[in-house]
Amino acid sequence: MCLAVPGKLIEWTETAEPFAAAIVEFDGVRREVSMMCVPQATAGDYVLVHAGIAISIIDSAEAEKTLQLLAELDEGQQ
Amino acid sequence: MEVCGGQTHGLLRYGIAAELEPEVQLIHGPGCPVCVTPSETIDLAIDLARRPGVLVASFGDMLRVPGNSESLQLARAQGAAVKMVYSPVDAVQLARKSPDTEVVFLAVGFETTAPATALAVRQAETLGLSNFSLLVAHVCVLPAMEQLAASSDRSIQGFLAAGHVCSVTGYKHYQQLVDQYRLPVIVTGFEAVDLLMGILECVRCLEQDQPGLINAYQRSVRSNGNAAATRLIDEVYQVEDCRWRGLGMVPRGGLRLRDRWRPFDAAAKFGGGSLPVLQTNDCRSGDVLTGLIKPTDCECFGTRCTPERPLGAPMVSGEGACAAYYRYTSHSSDRTISS
Repeated sequence: MCLAVPGKLIEWTETAEPFAAAIVEFDGVRREVSMMCVPQATAGDYVLVHAGIAISIIDSAEAEKTLQLLAELDEGQQ
Repeated sequence: MEVCGGQTHGLLRYGIAAELEPEVQLIHGPGCPVCVTPSETIDLAIDLARRPGVLVASFGDMLRVPGNSESLQLARAQGAAVKMVYSPVDAVQLARKSPDTEVVFLAVGFETTAPATALAVRQAETLGLSNFSLLVAHVCVLPAMEQLAASSDRSIQGFLAAGHVCSVTGYKHYQQLVDQYRLPVIVTGFEAVDLLMGILECVRCLEQDQPGLINAYQRSVRSNGNAAATRLIDEVYQVEDCRWRGLGMVPRGGLRLRDRWRPFDAAAKFGGGSLPVLQTNDCRSGDVLTGLIKPTDCECFGTRCTPERPLGAPMVSGEGACAAYYRYTSHSSDRTISS
């Protein structure tokens, strides 16, 4: 229910409230997403999308750290 | 206790829970909004969907959960107007395109989801739609955590807080749980590495006997949450006492539309009335949702209760603990050994 999926902001399509929206790409699939809650997001940002609306902008430095941990986990398994 | 059902599924799917037991016992929390939605709300939605000219829309998970007698999905098979949508905003578009149809969105979910349904109402108003309304069954996670923390028979030593709820609300308000109940609260995500980070921080707090409030999901969660999202919730909803399926009455545990948005309140619009509250059979979903038992401790698990023929919501929802155990553990052999 609280599943949220990260996607890359491709371009804004509407900026007027309450219909602010942008095209967001998820693993190659593009979809229009409401941007009411992340008005400061810009193209190239990764946003976390839940139920059709973006609820946060992903901090890329923190995401890098998580990916690094993930890589270490993988190494540990080999 | 991991609070969110999405985390429960992750812990089972990645084998983390099994790997860490018995040293670390993960108690599964009530964080499955679909599971705690009162069955009467589902019955009311089914009743509305059967009325001429009314269409009920909701998330896929919600359609499969049984009310007192059947699910929205089953009602649809029998001819009721029920539609699955990905977003409440999509339901607004349905109403815009079908002005002769009353579109009712069954609004379930925690604070993660409330901004989306609040936005739907805002959009419907801006578009001047009079054929869109919400049947609101939103719940708030902190009051339920407090209730569990205060319960006399609790075995909870720490909380892994729901990362996506915190993306919206922030996490500063959890400090009261840390102070009052001396429980560590770790904001935790959903990937294997996130879950392990959350557990690691929680164990560290417990070993040092220093309960703290720690954000282990920093890529998505800021301490103040998302201001625009919480503004949307506050603008459209107000907090009220709310009955959770399985937990009973939770003070300040739910949301309802503010009076200003009453024209969009399906319960007011269609005269909800009160439907009888039925006690369900032998299902122990209440004990599962409060972490008192594991799904496999229920007599019905895997025998009389399966995802195909569920007795309770946690067996059918994509985030229910019973469904996670059914899917990811060798439950049949467990039961043979234990019996």
